[in-house]
Amino acid sequence: MTVPTEPIEPISNTVESETPGVIQVRDLVTHYGDRMILKGIDFDVRQGEIMIIMGGSGSGKSTLMRHLLALEQPTSGSIEILGEDITTLDTVGRANLFKKLGVAFQSGALFSSLSVGENIMLPLAEHTKLDPETMRIMARIKLEIVDLAGFEDLRPSELSGGMIKRAAMARAIIMDPRILFLDEPSAGLDPVVASALDDLILKLRDAMGMSIVVVTHELDSAFKIADRITVLDQGHILSVGTVDEIKNSDNERIQNILHRRTEQEIVDPEEYLRRLTGGEFVEETVAP
Amino acid sequence: MPPNTLGSTLVDSTERLGRGVVDGVASFGHWTALVVESVYWLFFGPRMRQPVRLAAIAQQMMEVGIFAVPIVALLSGTIGLMLAMQGIHTLSQFGAESQVTAGIAFSVVREFASLITGILVAGRSGSALAARLSTMQINQEIDALKVTGINPVRFLVAPALIAMIIMVPALTFIANLIALSAAGLFISYDLDISQAAYWSQTINVLSVGDLMHGLGKSLIFAVLITLIGVANGASVTGGAEGVGRVTTRAVVQSIIAIIVTDMLFVFVSTL
Repeated sequence: MTVPTEPIEPISNTVESETPGVIQVRDLVTHYGDRMILKGIDFDVRQGEIMIIMGGSGSGKSTLMRHLLALEQPTSGSIEILGEDITTLDTVGRANLFKKLGVAFQSGALFSSLSVGENIMLPLAEHTKLDPETMRIMARIKLEIVDLAGFEDLRPSELSGGMIKRAAMARAIIMDPRILFLDEPSAGLDPVVASALDDLILKLRDAMGMSIVVVTHELDSAFKIADRITVLDQGHILSVGTVDEIKNSDNERIQNILHRRTEQEIVDPEEYLRRLTGGEFVEETVAP
Repeated sequence: MPPNTLGSTLVDSTERLGRGVVDGVASFGHWTALVVESVYWLFFGPRMRQPVRLAAIAQQMMEVGIFAVPIVALLSGTIGLMLAMQGIHTLSQFGAESQVTAGIAFSVVREFASLITGILVAGRSGSALAARLSTMQINQEIDALKVTGINPVRFLVAPALIAMIIMVPALTFIANLIALSAAGLFISYDLDISQAAYWSQTINVLSVGDLMHGLGKSLIFAVLITLIGVANGASVTGGAEGVGRVTTRAVVQSIIAIIVTDMLFVFVSTL
């Protein structure tokens, strides 16, 4: 049992940006039922940077990602992406905004009824009037970038885990998005494939000038690709900073996350008994 | 039972009933919204440069309709034969076997063809729809559609609904022809009447209204099967176990909805 700690004071949670922020999150609060999941999140993502959102299980990083993608509505707060507040946009406005964004989900989320090539061409088929041959050429170019050339006629079920992630990335960049969102891109991959995927993310930023938001708990990957890192813990932002700033942080909880240490457990016997007895514990029952 | 226990049981029962009614009203509203949204995308999608994909409708029509023709033919033919055998056996006890043609014509065209087709499509295509949508939901494919700026109702629900609305009545019409033909073969053999005489009697006894009665019901069944499949598929929780659960639930709910709707239809039309 962990004795409740003092409310976490963010070290620094907003950005003194030199370049304009493509994403601005302000005082984001969300609840699942009575439980507060995100507790006043503030952070910015600058043009052309790779921002890592990091934290342990249950820290709220996946929930934050779902809010950034407008898949969930917050209780309060605002999320501005490319100058538009997605919490107030209507369906058509969101659809138009999403044409400028690319998303690769943790599972890849390729459509199993379509071939790899059809999956990658889908955003083009839906949002442009390009002829099929042009779309095929564009899909081939993106597959080349993610090192999957020649796989366009295969079904997603015929690909390995790493290939699915790369195909999902090819679909995410097919419209040359301004912002790319990647959810746990290297989770479940062997170190060699994960490293290749990290190189690919760096290549995308350098070659296409994208802003990239990556949710991950893979430290090696995060330190390799990050321009800045946002560390989340229990729905709060612990810190936003460069790799060196995060590594050298004197915040104990950040160091616990970085060194994969669990919180020190201090057992309060009375509280422990109270919990076991369903709150009916009274001091006299254990008094000598 | 102590009074306070009785009281709390009553409160619990009332609460459950109230929650059930609210859930029912919410589901009805959700289903209605799905139909309205599907129709909206069908007619207004092209203006917004987001038409319902014809290729997807054609693919669904193949799945729902064309691939189901053999099994519909087998079942409706069997039912036609069964009705002929049972009809002749029963009516012969009153010396009225010559009336079997009229009995079968009404039973098949007004009831059996639409009912058997509806149940078959619910088991075959309603379950497939629920399984497909729930798997897509679990694999984040629905989320992927949303963040690609593609409306899931336009992309997934509208093609399925349109295909069902076209193909279930078409299958019902085929079931009518095959059941009546199978019954006709047995009747001509057993009662020694010609096929021409059998079909002449059948056509004379039936009206366009009888045919529309069956086809109209099949149209409602098509909408019900799609909506129940979609609603269950979208409500999945958990992994593979959840997919199995919603698929089974979709089939059971569809069959119940079909039979209850059929009964209500008969009640209203025979008033």
